[in-house]
Amino acid sequence: MAASTRWRALALQAGLVLILLALAYAAADNAAQKLARQGIVAGFGFLGRGAGFDIGQRLIPYAAATSTYLDAFCVGLLNTLLVAALAIPLATGIGFTVGIARRADNVLARALAATYVEILRNVPLLLQVLVWYVAVRIALPGAEAPAELGRAVFLSQRGLFLPRPDFSGSGGLVPAAVALGLLATVGLARLRRRAVAAGRRPVPVLIPGLLLGLGLPVLAWIGLGRAGHPVRVAWPARGPFDVEGGLAVLPEFAALVIGLSVYAAAFIAEIVRAGLDSVARGQAEAAAALALTRRQTLRLVVLPQALRVIVPPLTSQYLNITKNSSLAVLIGYPDLVHVFMGTVLNQTNQAVEVVALTMAVYLAISLVTAWAMNRYNARVAGTGR
Amino acid sequence: MNPPPTRFVRDAMIPPAPPPRRLGGPVAWIRKNLFGGVGNTLTTLLILAALAWIVPAILRFLVLDAVWTGTSGAACRPEVAGRPVGACWAFIGAKINYLVYGSYPAAARWRPNLFFGLLAFGAAWMLWLGAPRRDLGAWFVFLVLPLAAWLLLSGMPALGLANVATALWGGILVTLVVSAVGIVAALPLGILLALGRRSSLPLLRWVCIAFIEFWRGVPLITVLFMANVMLPLFLPGAVTVDRLLRPLIGIALFASAYMAEVVRGGLQAVTETQRQAALALGLTDGQAMRFVVLPQALKIVVPGIVNTLIGLFKDTTLVAIVGIADFVRVLEAARADPAWSAPVIPATAYAFAALFYLAICLAMARYAGFVERRLAAGERR
Repeated sequence: MAASTRWRALALQAGLVLILLALAYAAADNAAQKLARQGIVAGFGFLGRGAGFDIGQRLIPYAAATSTYLDAFCVGLLNTLLVAALAIPLATGIGFTVGIARRADNVLARALAATYVEILRNVPLLLQVLVWYVAVRIALPGAEAPAELGRAVFLSQRGLFLPRPDFSGSGGLVPAAVALGLLATVGLARLRRRAVAAGRRPVPVLIPGLLLGLGLPVLAWIGLGRAGHPVRVAWPARGPFDVEGGLAVLPEFAALVIGLSVYAAAFIAEIVRAGLDSVARGQAEAAAALALTRRQTLRLVVLPQALRVIVPPLTSQYLNITKNSSLAVLIGYPDLVHVFMGTVLNQTNQAVEVVALTMAVYLAISLVTAWAMNRYNARVAGTGR
Repeated sequence: MNPPPTRFVRDAMIPPAPPPRRLGGPVAWIRKNLFGGVGNTLTTLLILAALAWIVPAILRFLVLDAVWTGTSGAACRPEVAGRPVGACWAFIGAKINYLVYGSYPAAARWRPNLFFGLLAFGAAWMLWLGAPRRDLGAWFVFLVLPLAAWLLLSGMPALGLANVATALWGGILVTLVVSAVGIVAALPLGILLALGRRSSLPLLRWVCIAFIEFWRGVPLITVLFMANVMLPLFLPGAVTVDRLLRPLIGIALFASAYMAEVVRGGLQAVTETQRQAALALGLTDGQAMRFVVLPQALKIVVPGIVNTLIGLFKDTTLVAIVGIADFVRVLEAARADPAWSAPVIPATAYAFAALFYLAICLAMARYAGFVERRLAAGERR
């Protein structure tokens, strides 16, 4: 590179940095002046102040009178993560089913799957959430006459009410049994992979895994009852105006989870279809020649190879689900944006801090996912084709 | 070396099967696609049963039981109409002006209409690949149209156009304005960002990467909130930003990051030899980019740009959350009118909006697919 070009490049970059710094300084200066005039103290000290507002759904203890803005932030963040954690597996299930159906033998299944994708993908998510929240809810029975199932489950426009088991104290054995069952299943899957790699007869995983995962907690439940420490269950009951007690699933929450899942599923279906198409036809034909059934072909030959193509865009869909859960603010589900960027921002006027903190959360989730994705890609790229 | 797993290899010959009776014709097609095997037949019957239940229901709601005329919500109440009631299209008919223009003064509605016409003209010029003078079309869409639209919609007393405050704009007009501003601002900005991201100057590259990744990492709603509360804070003293302009700036920046990634894909698809050949012919770096690389890259990314536009068009509904009277928000307001209260009104309103978005997005998706196939045909030669 000639010396003059190098100098020009340096000057250009120096100019860029100077302009950016000047802009940042001007913006910060303006903001500082305006904040000073409004009597707002910059900084994150406000997080320790009492919040004084109530939140409809909380996974951790929270009370309007005693909790701080930091607690409200945590409640909102957990609610956001809860929606994402439920919507992601749901969307994956629907998406894979629809995506595989688009390449099914049955022409009706193909057409139905294509219609699903075209409609769900081309209507704005916000509209779909509104449909689930408003139009579908109207069709449900009113709060004064809820539909009930064996006096244990109630469904009305106010939400879905389920029995809530109390897992504190000795009842904690039940979740522990679930965890034990899951761990054992993971161990079994590992054994199976090793057996397959060594050419031995593979260990069955699905049935024992189901038995372990469901059987152990049931055993723990019955055992506790026999031992004189039965797990207490709070049953919902019909009150004078509404169903009371039990575990209430808010309609806002249900509408958001369903809306997010069926919307993202349409995109996931397209990703799955593209992944299936990326596997050479010869692979399925070779599997058929080896007398594998269609199910086995899909499960053992085509899908594992398709996953390489599917996983990277799939993660970005998962990120989209997490980011789109912020639509909660429209229907009043208390997610991070609603609680923090809405209520807390309005109460404290700490615009800069609140916006920065909220955006930092989403950015952190995005960056961590991107990092994990790059690691996965590096691993997959290594296993040759 | 272990022996390979042998569980799928037969150890006995199967008796030879007779040749298939028919391999072609409609009967064979039906057998293969609908009734090939137990699972396939079961699926067919299940889907047919579901369709027999759901298609008449949809048809009844949208057409057969729909109410087409009426002056108030009473006409759409089953107890008044004396029959089951489907969609209340009379409601849409009564509200259509509000849904399209919002509170834009009735006497000045020719101005939004002219804007719709100009927009359609510009879009056709850019999207019709065989249109004459598409370079002039670009000038029209990216320079003339925004200025003309601004003068036309917000008014210019010197030209005899009375001012119309943006607070009065609403409905489909606002949805189209937001989408159009988003794409018109995002495309040039996105191209600059994509070029910056591939620049050899490290500082410029880092700034562009940080900018792109920041906007792509946060949800649009937080961007809109930020534009709403932070823009007024960052600007000097007395300067105020129009309520409609704030989300427009947010959306333009947000969309430009996504556009930059689309354009970057196109730039990467143009082979390095193209640039080298241009340099060998004596073009400078800038000329090679402008006359050789960029035109080819932009041609490749037309489907990607249209897909971004579809996403942007759907995302504009989010401005309703920060109080802009876009299509969804005026729909919600119209729905709340007590004169038109009936149980079917929400479903009617959402069905109308869904059909509106579905028609436009499907048309754009079809166009993107068409261009993609055309480009693929060119590549195959």
